Amino acid sequence: MIYTEFSFPNDSHIIWSLMIVTYPFISGIMAGAFSIAALYFVFGMENLKPVSRFSLLVSFSFLVCATLPLLNHLGHPERALNVIIMPNHRSAIGGFGYIYNIFLVILALTLWFSYREDVIRAAEAAGGLKKKILTFMLLWNLGKDDDTRDVDRRLVFILTAIGIPSMAVLSGYVGFLFGSLKSNPWWSTPLMPFVFFVSGIMSGLALVLLLYLYLGWYGYLEKSYKCLRTLSALLWFSTALYIILEGVELLYFYYESSDAWFVISTLLLTKLKYSFFVLQLGIGLGVAFILLSAMFALKLEEPSFAKMAAVASIYILFEVWMMRWNIVIGGQLFSKSYVGFRDFHPGWMEKEGILVAIIFTVLPLVVLFMVTRFLGVRPSGDESAQIDNPGVNTDEELP
Amino acid sequence: MKKKRVVKRPKSRREFLKYAASGMAGMLIVTLMPKPSWAQRIHQIEEMKHVPDWMDHYYAYVVDTTKCIGCGACVRACKRENNTPDGYFRTWVERYQITDTGHVYIDSPNGGHESFPPKDVEGNVLKGFFVPKLCNHCRNTPCTQVCPVNASYETPQGVVLVDKEICIGCGYCVQACPYDTRYIDPRTHTADKCTWCYHRITKGLAPACVTVCPTKARIFGDLKEKKSEVREIIESQRVMVLKPELNTEPYCFYIGLDRAVR
Ligand code: SF4
Ligand code: SF4
Repeated sequence: MIYTEFSFPNDSHIIWSLMIVTYPFISGIMAGAFSIAALYFVFGMENLKPVSRFSLLVSFSFLVCATLPLLNHLGHPERALNVIIMPNHRSAIGGFGYIYNIFLVILALTLWFSYREDVIRAAEAAGGLKKKILTFMLLWNLGKDDDTRDVDRRLVFILTAIGIPSMAVLSGYVGFLFGSLKSNPWWSTPLMPFVFFVSGIMSGLALVLLLYLYLGWYGYLEKSYKCLRTLSALLWFSTALYIILEGVELLYFYYESSDAWFVISTLLLTKLKYSFFVLQLGIGLGVAFILLSAMFALKLEEPSFAKMAAVASIYILFEVWMMRWNIVIGGQLFSKSYVGFRDFHPGWMEKEGILVAIIFTVLPLVVLFMVTRFLGVRPSGDESAQIDNPGVNTDEELP
Repeated sequence: MKKKRVVKRPKSRREFLKYAASGMAGMLIVTLMPKPSWAQRIHQIEEMKHVPDWMDHYYAYVVDTTKCIGCGACVRACKRENNTPDGYFRTWVERYQITDTGHVYIDSPNGGHESFPPKDVEGNVLKGFFVPKLCNHCRNTPCTQVCPVNASYETPQGVVLVDKEICIGCGYCVQACPYDTRYIDPRTHTADKCTWCYHRITKGLAPACVTVCPTKARIFGDLKEKKSEVREIIESQRVMVLKPELNTEPYCFYIGLDRAVR
């Protein structure tokens, strides 16, 4: 039987628009950045020390902004708290409020303990209202003796360790929301949470790497070639893992060749031809992976290594955004009749349009800038009180 | 000898934790409090008590595709009865034309609201038929399963409904329904779908679409009633459901469903 095109009559509207593309992009960066902190604070990856606390800040800035696109998407944002006060425990979104808030609390506390001394310094230097706010944030505890420092260090270790599963759940979770919908063959795969998680890690690593190059250049973070190499290696590794996951997923669809493959192959060869093959896989993933591989294969030295790492990171961020687009929007470009297709062209000024999406994507960076300013993060030379990794640090043994 | 470490815990930090704990306990109490939705539902149930045995039913719907003539009276009746927004459908009718070239032509112009003008197809039509569609009021409902706030729910009579006072308009249920019977109402920004005319059936009337169908292609009834037509059909005839492989357990059954039907 050869079907001519037909969409169900209710299928003429795209319900999950740019906002639902933006949310997983932001939450992915949040997860990736947090994983860098976790690698240092919990697993003792000493090379990552220069970016360890900073990546917590990045993670936090993205986390606090993550819900904005979701709220903007809701038909009734004023009822958003219903998700927390009357959750449906069978719903995949039902647990969102809890998971999000748990991670937010963990991350906020981790930040608090790891930046406490910086805030104390900022509070001491500030005056007036800012001093009052900072002192309040410190809960009037201005102690920075060794014992307090020791407690802070241990708490950061414990909190980050608890944060890892919460972060993994929160970022893989959005993949589960899609993956568990049996109504949509393009989404319905058990690999979806892993694809979202790994690509999130990639985007977080890429953004932190970019920011690190920029801030390291201006002396705000300790410049370390080792740190840059480690970040790039992690980026290469997660990208390779992502390629395997995407590849396996597509291969399965193709080999099973079920009803799903009919719609997926048509989708990929028509509506997503350009955005999936050219933009996401070719330009995004392909170029980034070749650059990352070349950096290591050619044993590049620092200046060229850094430049290529920066370019590769930009491509990775682009790839991850395109992947979000292709999954979220791509999954809605066909009707549930599986034989009808449609287009989606977001407007610039709509409620969920391009401009708002850009604002929501850039906003976390603005928050990051404000938070670093407020916390008094200064050029690395002044960071005498940088928290050491409890897992690695042995030179402070007690007598 | 190891020095005993004395860690001074500032009083303020402890107090902070105390406040945080009470805050969380407060949240928990709010979560466990009776939900407005339930209060509302109980109120509705109380209101309905004057109708004798209005809860003591278990409904099902049968579509006899062999009888549908594609007149669209049901689509029009539904729109009038439920005031559905233009371009959105609680029920619609699809036309299938299968030709000797192996092509399957499907269309549903404006959901079949104005019936079906002739359509040019390639080759000779071997078979042609109409298939009315509506919410299947599934038992294993993906739509109520995914609703984060319980706004989509199933009544004891087997009807799947949306509570518009609670719905946050996330659209998750619309994505989850494999049959595309849900939509977000552009006027209320909440989910909407066929209710089997709940306001009518609880008063002992049939859904509007069933009432107007001139050929009795749409049949509605109570499975608890021994002599009901739907029960008799389901028990004695070969009936089918849409997309059975998805295990949604629809309670809308089809007679004469062709394999071409999507
Ligand atoms: S047909 Fe769709 S909306 Fe109706 S009960 Fe089934 S899944 Fe829910
Ligand atoms: S749109 Fe409304 S009914 Fe549908 S899942 Fe969201 S809250 Fe529930």
